[in-house]
Amino acid sequence: MLATEALKEADRIMTICNACRYCEGVCAVFPAMETRRSFTAGDLNYLANLCHSCGACYFDCQFSPPHQFNVNVPRTFAQVRAGSYKSYAWPRSLAPIFDRNGLWISLLTAASVAAYILGFIAWHQPDALFGIHTGPGAFYRLMPHNTMVVLFGAAFLYAIVAMTMGFRLFWKDIGEAKESLPEPKSLWQALKDVGTLRYLDGGGDGCRNENDIAPDNRKLYHHLTFYGFLLCFASTSVATVYHYVVGRHAPYAWYDLPVILGTLGGIGLVIGPIGLLIAKTKRDPLMQDKPRLDMDIAFIAMLLLTSVTGLLLLVLRETPAMGLMLAIHLGVVFSLFITMPYSKFVHGLYRFGALLRYAKDTQSGLKVIE
Amino acid sequence: MQVVPKTYDVLVIGGGNAALCAAISAQREGASVLVLEAASEFFRGGNTRHTRNMRCAHDSATATLTGPYSEEELWEDLLRVTGGATDEALAKHMIHESKEVLVWIAEQGVRFQPSLGGTLSLGRTNSFFLGGGRAMLNALYRTAAALGVEVKYDAEVIGLDIRDGTFHAATYRQDGAQHVVRASAVVAAAGGFESNIEWMKTYWGDVAENFLIRGTANNQGTILRLLLDKGVQEVGDPTQCHAVAIDARAPKYDGGIVTRLDCVVFGIVVNKYAQRFYDEGEDVWPKRYAIWGRLVAMQPDQIAYIVFDSRSLSMFMPSVYPPFKADTLPVLAQQLGLDPDALASTVRAFNTSVRPGTFDHTILDDCHTEDLTPPKSHWARVIDAPPYYAYPVRPGITFTYLGTRVNKQARMIMNNGQPSANMFAAGEIMAGNVLGKGYAAGIGMTIGSVFGRIAGGEAARNARN
Repeated sequence: MLATEALKEADRIMTICNACRYCEGVCAVFPAMETRRSFTAGDLNYLANLCHSCGACYFDCQFSPPHQFNVNVPRTFAQVRAGSYKSYAWPRSLAPIFDRNGLWISLLTAASVAAYILGFIAWHQPDALFGIHTGPGAFYRLMPHNTMVVLFGAAFLYAIVAMTMGFRLFWKDIGEAKESLPEPKSLWQALKDVGTLRYLDGGGDGCRNENDIAPDNRKLYHHLTFYGFLLCFASTSVATVYHYVVGRHAPYAWYDLPVILGTLGGIGLVIGPIGLLIAKTKRDPLMQDKPRLDMDIAFIAMLLLTSVTGLLLLVLRETPAMGLMLAIHLGVVFSLFITMPYSKFVHGLYRFGALLRYAKDTQSGLKVIE
Repeated sequence: MQVVPKTYDVLVIGGGNAALCAAISAQREGASVLVLEAASEFFRGGNTRHTRNMRCAHDSATATLTGPYSEEELWEDLLRVTGGATDEALAKHMIHESKEVLVWIAEQGVRFQPSLGGTLSLGRTNSFFLGGGRAMLNALYRTAAALGVEVKYDAEVIGLDIRDGTFHAATYRQDGAQHVVRASAVVAAAGGFESNIEWMKTYWGDVAENFLIRGTANNQGTILRLLLDKGVQEVGDPTQCHAVAIDARAPKYDGGIVTRLDCVVFGIVVNKYAQRFYDEGEDVWPKRYAIWGRLVAMQPDQIAYIVFDSRSLSMFMPSVYPPFKADTLPVLAQQLGLDPDALASTVRAFNTSVRPGTFDHTILDDCHTEDLTPPKSHWARVIDAPPYYAYPVRPGITFTYLGTRVNKQARMIMNNGQPSANMFAAGEIMAGNVLGKGYAAGIGMTIGSVFGRIAGGEAARNARN
């Protein structure tokens, strides 16, 4: 039985699509759909997470609204995906965060930032926050390095545990066995498909967002965001190695690797999210899952806040504003980490899982399931 | 106040594949072009929206075609499906041009993909549009817009000023007002009349009330009627249409591809009295696909039911509506509104006539009936493995054959045999010239693109002179 309206609608639409199949060349969703004659909730969750929301099928479809068949794959799959994020959330008691995602993320972020500012003040003389601190270890005069590592390590570890549990639920839901560890070939294929956003291009003809005419640059903006994020992560990783292995303490000079990586990543993580945000405002409203728009925007805003506060910290690090900027930046990043399992961040996880499943199935020739 | 009507070099009436190819080709020849499309922007393009491929000759395999398809072979295929009801010179000209059109259409932004699942038999001959017919149309509209073609939607042409085989102006309705537009040449690419039930009734009587129209509701045949009334020579059998059996639950118009059913060969087909009426296993399905619309049209109330059992359920392409399903034949009959005893006895008679054989739906196998009228010549298997299933079917009309006669320039021929001075036709409205009867997958789009491109170019040159 299909439990939600979104799943029922997805079932209705996939039944129509499966009888048509004109979009077979557009992305992975339709060939995957064709291996079934009917759809379980797990099938639909798999297909919905395989969908990159490129929008091509919506404008290619002779049955999309206002046609009476009302085939709206992008919107319906966005609704199913949102439902799937919630159903895989771990622990279960935190699943409702997905219902009012924008509100929760804002509140948690505000609380996190406030906690860092107050913490800095409480631990030091209030004027230390607005003092000028320079040279190696300047940041740690405001917050000891070990405290930072413990806090962020714990937050990151928690996020990883929660997301692993979510992924296990997803993997089981889409009908994959726990033991079915994919072979390296599928894994490599899925990584390539994620890394190149292979299916965010309408089968080669590009994505559609606003209408069937305007070019859509979401792929570029997503790349800037994704690789920007990875560069920032790499920056932090290199800095950690510097700290523990080489014994060199932040802040680093502008030409040093962590700063270069962080700056480049930060720039990507500014332009990318802004581009995605603008694309969202332009998107054909019929394709959008409006009630969940806050989830999308909250996540984009978090990434943007991370990069903007990080870059501001770099620019202002030798001024009295450094202390406050550091508190804000750390507060935002901390919030980004702890909300990861309950934010749009998980789309990447389940999309990767779906692509992995698709790569696995493709290796064995996409057999029709009777 | 007298409003001076705007003048264009070329007026294109219609908004599908043929119309857009004509518009693009005319604009590329330097003409100013106006396209008048009766449908709204979403429903633009007539039956092109529901198409998925075109059948063009080509010398070698491509990224999306598995092998060569020579002009001779295409001609033989056309000859076979039409049974000779074609204008050989015109058809061969079209086939020759189709080679170039395959390249040209891609240059206009149309993208192809390998043949779709379930259509492997067409992988060599037919070029499938990436994303289907509407995606193909969108590409043509994008190109047309970039070139400067003007398009008006919800603009139905209701009058043509034609004198002595020469077009002067057209009257169209838009936003509740009538407008007149002049042009030096006109391309009529406005489709057939299959959506016009009243017109269909003049040949079919009340039977046509039960027809379902697979494509656009806009093919009312207004332009075709106006042209024939103004002395353009007609071509094609006016009474005939391409009719297949589609799911009876399909909407009256625009149900498109998803309402088709490919399961006739797997079961038996009965009418409202639960009686069989035709050999369901006469030949492989693609060859018999298009006779069942007419067969069902001849049955009382134009309704029939494909009945099969669980053995066959997953042997054909899924369709949009679920089959009726029951554990016993009488219950199934009740669901369908058939006489349970009559259905049971029809199935019993069928089952006892089935001779043992080796079932293989990919070939003309040896599973057949004996001493049964009508027989089932192939793929006859007893129907006794519950649950039992049924699909109700009605005639689904794809297109009509009546059209305007044209020459190799796509120029209309008048009743006196003379070519029109400045009137051209392309697409379904003139398909009857090369497709007098029958159908071969994708040939409609070939006719549209080839003659659209020719008509646009000729109209532009005509306007210049």
